[in-house]
Amino acid sequence: MITAIEPTQVRTPAPVPTSGPAPVAAAAKPEPVRIACRNVDFYYGDFHGLKSINLDFRDRQVTALIGPSGCGKSTLLRTFNRIYSLYPEQRATGEIILDGRNILAASTDVNELRSRVGMVFQKPTPFPMSIYDNVAFGIRLNQRIGRAEMDVRVEEALRKAALWTEVKDKLRQSGMGLSGGQQQRLCIARTIAQKPEVILLDEPTSALDPISTGKVEELIDQLKSEFTIVIVTHNMQQAARISQYTAFMYLGEVIEFGPTNQIFMTPTKKQTHDYVTGRFG
Amino acid sequence: MSAHIVSGFDEDLEVLRSSIAEMGGISEKMLADAVTALVRRDEVLAQRVINADNRLDALQRQVEEQAIMTIARRQPLAVDLRDVVSAIRISGDLERIGDLAKNCAKRTLAIAGGFQPPRIVTGVQSMADLVLEQLKDVLDAYAQRDLERALDVWRRDDQIDALYTSLFRELLTYMMEDPRNISFCAHLLFYGKNVERIGDHTTNIAETVHYLVTGQTLTAERPKDDGTSQARIEVDAATGK
Repeated sequence: MITAIEPTQVRTPAPVPTSGPAPVAAAAKPEPVRIACRNVDFYYGDFHGLKSINLDFRDRQVTALIGPSGCGKSTLLRTFNRIYSLYPEQRATGEIILDGRNILAASTDVNELRSRVGMVFQKPTPFPMSIYDNVAFGIRLNQRIGRAEMDVRVEEALRKAALWTEVKDKLRQSGMGLSGGQQQRLCIARTIAQKPEVILLDEPTSALDPISTGKVEELIDQLKSEFTIVIVTHNMQQAARISQYTAFMYLGEVIEFGPTNQIFMTPTKKQTHDYVTGRFG
Repeated sequence: MSAHIVSGFDEDLEVLRSSIAEMGGISEKMLADAVTALVRRDEVLAQRVINADNRLDALQRQVEEQAIMTIARRQPLAVDLRDVVSAIRISGDLERIGDLAKNCAKRTLAIAGGFQPPRIVTGVQSMADLVLEQLKDVLDAYAQRDLERALDVWRRDDQIDALYTSLFRELLTYMMEDPRNISFCAHLLFYGKNVERIGDHTTNIAETVHYLVTGQTLTAERPKDDGTSQARIEVDAATGK
């Protein structure tokens, strides 16, 4: 006799539970918001460059802005330290809240703002002065400190920028003599020497070779424990590697924003999908 | 879906899809032939099934190499990355299906020439027919990226498990009826187990199609109805039966 075989049961189809990148990321408690954009519009003269941007940038996280050329990602980045206000025909409306204050308000001290919101550009921009002075330059703008303390601050910034071991024996040599990758890390050192809260990176590795790019990416990953980082990049794999959140922009609008895993693995908007998979026509 | 800006990317993905389609066709035919070989006691056909496995193995290596090269060259994202990962997974499942069909053919050779009551084969045959239908459906679901069809295959696997359980029971009964059946039935049991495992691989493919289409992994245990691992034979001490 054969026993212990359960009789065949007829089962009705049950809903199928699933898991994927989106629910997993959403389950984690999000970090506090560091920068909040509320209805931000931007104009280059008559040209409407940004259209009603509403975005939250999380504290001590890397947020990547991606999108085709001319979509407004660099424009958005340039509003965070009001660097655009150097050009009279450019203006921004709406609110960008940093630590409870609207940085677009007329009363904002832009010099103080720029010491709190540092920026690194696509092409390395070392000043024609020594490596030491390049880093000390930003500190001297805002603070008066003694020689010994300055030495400490310069070394600290160069160490954080992963450049110290390469330049410690030639601090008095010109910053222009460094390689492209070293120059870019010098610019990052100059930015972080001012102890900012936010670092803006505008395609920081697009002019660098793969090894230098790797070093800068490694550096960004380390810096995120201290700073809120916003990076504009054309390299989607780079955005996928180093950011926690990604915003896809197109024609001056944010099309989709979410955890990086979700944007690159299961984008919900067709335009995002077409862009990240290289189908954008 | 619109084409990639780089047309070579589309070609790479198309090569993967067509290799999987070829693998699917071969594995389907191997299973169908293995069943026919058993029913007709056709040793030549069984041998042909065994030989066909080489092509399947070669195709699987080809899919893997092509997938790795596509990842290296194109750095796919979103549905493209899932497409490449799915090709690797499905080719692995199809290669295993080929191995199992080959194993069925070997069992057919092992029992050839012996005494074979045809009615005993019927249970295996109907189970294999069901699995073959599942395999066909899941390959269509993959080719057409048809989520509902894939889920339908996934849900139907318990029918195969149930059939295997009843086959197990049936074969044990034949063995107890007449010890001359034991060798033949033992081979048939392994044959049946191989077919049941092919069913498991078809549900794996269904899960992969789900992942490919939605980007989400199925987390539920799929419906199972294979009770043979808990089955016992109790012999009556008085009658010895």
